Amino acid sequence: MGSTLAGKSSASPLSPSEPGLPFLRAAPKVRPRIGDPLFKLTTGFFAVLIAGLAVLIMLEMAINSKLPFAKFGFGFLTRSIWDPVREEFGALPFVYGTVVSAVIALIISIPISLGVAIFLVEKASRRLSNPILFIVQLLAAIPSVVYGLWAIFVLAPLLRNHVYPALQSSLGFLPLFKGSQNGLGLLTAGIVLSIMILPIITAVTTDVLRAVPVTQREAALALGSTKWEATLIVLQNAKSGVSGAIILGLGRAIGETMAVTMVIGNRPQISASLFDPSFTIASAIANEFTEASSEIYLQSLIELGLILFLVTFIINMLARLLVWSVTRGEGRGTRG
Amino acid sequence: MASLARRKLLDHTMTALTALCAVFAVASLFFILGYIFAGGIRALNLSFLFNSPKPIGEPGSGIANAIVGSAIMISLGSIIGMPVGIMAGIYLSEFGSNKFGNMLRFFIDTLTGIPSIIIGVFVWTVMVNPMKHFSALSGGVALGILMMPIVARTTEEMIRLVPHSLREAGLALGAPQWRVTLGIVLRTASTGVATGAMLAIARIAGETAPLLFTALGLNYLSTNLLQPMASLTFQIYYYAASPYEEWHDMAWAATLVLVTMILALNIAIRVLARNRHQQA
Repeated sequence: MGSTLAGKSSASPLSPSEPGLPFLRAAPKVRPRIGDPLFKLTTGFFAVLIAGLAVLIMLEMAINSKLPFAKFGFGFLTRSIWDPVREEFGALPFVYGTVVSAVIALIISIPISLGVAIFLVEKASRRLSNPILFIVQLLAAIPSVVYGLWAIFVLAPLLRNHVYPALQSSLGFLPLFKGSQNGLGLLTAGIVLSIMILPIITAVTTDVLRAVPVTQREAALALGSTKWEATLIVLQNAKSGVSGAIILGLGRAIGETMAVTMVIGNRPQISASLFDPSFTIASAIANEFTEASSEIYLQSLIELGLILFLVTFIINMLARLLVWSVTRGEGRGTRG
Repeated sequence: MASLARRKLLDHTMTALTALCAVFAVASLFFILGYIFAGGIRALNLSFLFNSPKPIGEPGSGIANAIVGSAIMISLGSIIGMPVGIMAGIYLSEFGSNKFGNMLRFFIDTLTGIPSIIIGVFVWTVMVNPMKHFSALSGGVALGILMMPIVARTTEEMIRLVPHSLREAGLALGAPQWRVTLGIVLRTASTGVATGAMLAIARIAGETAPLLFTALGLNYLSTNLLQPMASLTFQIYYYAASPYEEWHDMAWAATLVLVTMILALNIAIRVLARNRHQQA
């Protein structure tokens, strides 16, 4: 059938006497459309490639950390020894440093980020909130290594000379604030991290709060509540999204490498004092990877990387689900 | 319940506190930028930009090697990351409105949150270790991998903004879908896609961690892709960690150069995005 039509249409070329018709007849002559499936396949291949990278990274790291896994098993997580000379490795000091520095960062950052987000959504006009939001985003654009440099030469001396002595004299009875301080340690790392995760928590919380329908605020105000009480109701309803924002911030804090490496003091120890030098998983990898002298040393670092990967992966998954639960759906329609 | 006066007082206090938080956030940016400017301007001059590092104590040291190295590796990263990211973005927006698409989107989003040092370790295991030495090429690959998910998601968002009527018009004229997508949809969204790509470049330009065990660093000018290569970020890290006053000054000056570039990119993106909104 195709051939007859093709033959016919070539016999009667496009002519003004037959408007439209030859065009229709010529249509089947156009080569069979393998273009579209091919296009879908090609673009799909690249999309799968990126998504598959996550799996590939995990596999590659698992394969390359066989030695310490065979030697220490899951006990790797709970061993507190890190001795490259005797080839004894355990992740606990790094897990401790990572968790504590991230918790410090969250404690400082959560109230400030929520404050900024509430101000931007509930108090400020769009004219004011958009530039402020942009400035907060610029804070996220500053590279980690730059935060590190600033922290070494500006923040650490400031804390060492003014803040830490005051902390020690007032709260020195707590084991947290005992011991000598040279400005480089867990607390300093946590403070730098708190500034670095402020933009992401603020931005996501702003999105989440904007997604809460205006009607909820209006209802609260109509019932005689003050603006702040209305805001509390909005926060209540955006709860899961706000927790998602905080968990995203946690993920950033855990994975942050350069700035932490530069100020945490890099010593694998578990010490009660926040002034003492410590190590996070990311900073240990950054600091020791090129110096690893034996295969098992190197693979232990890769196993640390695998732990970091799995933890951040799970954290991110969780956070996205929580944020999605608020920002998608009906609330979105009320955004300006 | 508390008296009205107390509730009003609390209301005003919280308003003031949230405003204070906003002031703090804005101020901290200018505080940090101020130090970078003040610290960087001292050592910054033309010869600093056009010379390579010299031994300690010798005048006329510079960061030309790092600027060239960063430019090469960012370009490499873009060449690798952008086509993959844009293609993936096209797939997600044109064919990804189903369960499979959502799953891909989920993995790609999650990949954006993976610490960049992990990408460095990954590239080390698949490239540096088998090739037995550090190389600019592996640094470029690491940056490219970092770009992919960012470009994919911004491309998708930008393409989604193209009105459906345009696609339908193209299809009604008898064009196959791939031609409609590439010739009409992608072209309409090109400014947006370019903005997304710039955003990705701004993001990877500040990365240090993925370069630590891929490109490493180098103290002289080199364009050999199979050898270690300097980068601005690595140089800043290296100088900051050194005990020499002179190198600290160089770290600040290099930081000023880097931060100026990144902020300029971000502001350019902002202006571009605003122009597009005004047109629409």
